[in-house]
Amino acid sequence: MINRRDFMKLTAVGGGAVFLSGLTKLAQAGSNYESAVSSYEDFFFVQLSDVHWGYQGPANPEATNTLKKAVATVNGLDIQPDFIVFTGDLTHTTDDPKERRKRLAEFRDIVSELKVKNVRFIPGEHDASLDNGAAFKEFFGKTYYSFDHKGVHFVMLDNVSDPGANIGDAQLAWLAADLAQQRKDANIVVFTHRPLFDLVPKWDWATRDGAKAIDILMPYPNITVFYGHIHQEHHHQTGHIAHHSAKSLIFPLPSPGSQDKRTPLPWDPATPYKGLGFREVEAEVKTSEYKIAEFPVVRG
Amino acid sequence: MNPRKRMGWMISTACLAAIAIITMNVAYGTTQNPKKERVIKIVAQRFSYTPNEIILKTGESVRLEFTSLDFIHGFKVPDLNIRADLPPGQVTTIHLTPQKAGVYDFLCDNFCGAGHEDMSGKIIVKDSR
Repeated sequence: MINRRDFMKLTAVGGGAVFLSGLTKLAQAGSNYESAVSSYEDFFFVQLSDVHWGYQGPANPEATNTLKKAVATVNGLDIQPDFIVFTGDLTHTTDDPKERRKRLAEFRDIVSELKVKNVRFIPGEHDASLDNGAAFKEFFGKTYYSFDHKGVHFVMLDNVSDPGANIGDAQLAWLAADLAQQRKDANIVVFTHRPLFDLVPKWDWATRDGAKAIDILMPYPNITVFYGHIHQEHHHQTGHIAHHSAKSLIFPLPSPGSQDKRTPLPWDPATPYKGLGFREVEAEVKTSEYKIAEFPVVRG
Repeated sequence: MNPRKRMGWMISTACLAAIAIITMNVAYGTTQNPKKERVIKIVAQRFSYTPNEIILKTGESVRLEFTSLDFIHGFKVPDLNIRADLPPGQVTTIHLTPQKAGVYDFLCDNFCGAGHEDMSGKIIVKDSR
């Protein structure tokens, strides 16, 4: 029977590049890596982001099908993940509270078709900034929380319910108290929507008080951040903390700061869904390593 | 002072205080004589600034007077380290004396709706020499 590690090697060929992230212990382990990690149970999760359900526009003429295809592709994975996480912008924004709830309900119904039922959500600014997260909470509960899974502590941060992209002092205090309950060497993963660091402030790719959050995270050596918002894969380090952004499921955006406006990249009929996708993340608990495999919306 | 006059005085004082409070002043750059400031009025509304291109000269003191019509929009100029909230119903004033020529992008950094990503503009500072 195929095991998880063999499967990752296969998907690395068929699904996109595999990146090694987090700390650099893999390099230190060298040729002993396989034997070093074979004595514990690893696991993986799937990250999807920036679905923008309800979007209508030329950047994705297949907007009503993209999420459904992604759900089918995740359901078709040879081995199902332990859990699935959506890192915000589940819906495209609307000024109409009724329409917002309609979109959230439709999104919820579509993702209810996922085989894996352990599904986690955080909001994006399109879901939550116009009503401080009120509609999101009706459908998905708290906008920030934490949970533990097989030796990893996961923290879900909300940096969008404030329209000014503040995490806010109350949530920052909660974050500090939550992490204080962990060992200093605990394996910690943070999910958030916006980048916690100033990626491109002129494109609003930042969190106003993100530096305060990073200060709280810094004392923990084994911590990694996964986020969305920028509609593309991107990797960045703030000190020892790795930050990995995910692709979108609606339209890709230009690379950070590469042009004047952050306008969506045009849809190419010759290569539909190009630049869109989701990712698997394999948690190597013992070494605090996270292997990332990128997948297209539809696997050929 | 009879009680009626005293009450009137107190109300007048309260009104003056309220007017003072709702005019926000933020200064950037060197201290300037307000009399020499050029005033530029800017209207912010979903999802644009009018004007959205502001042309200045180095060393020129200007007073940007913002009026927001519909939302607490933001005004952020990352490369000049300027930001302010723009509450409707009041004038928000920013004093600015740019020292370096260049093009400085500004944007609304309070998410305001479907066209939020388009709400931006430029401050173009030309060399005065």
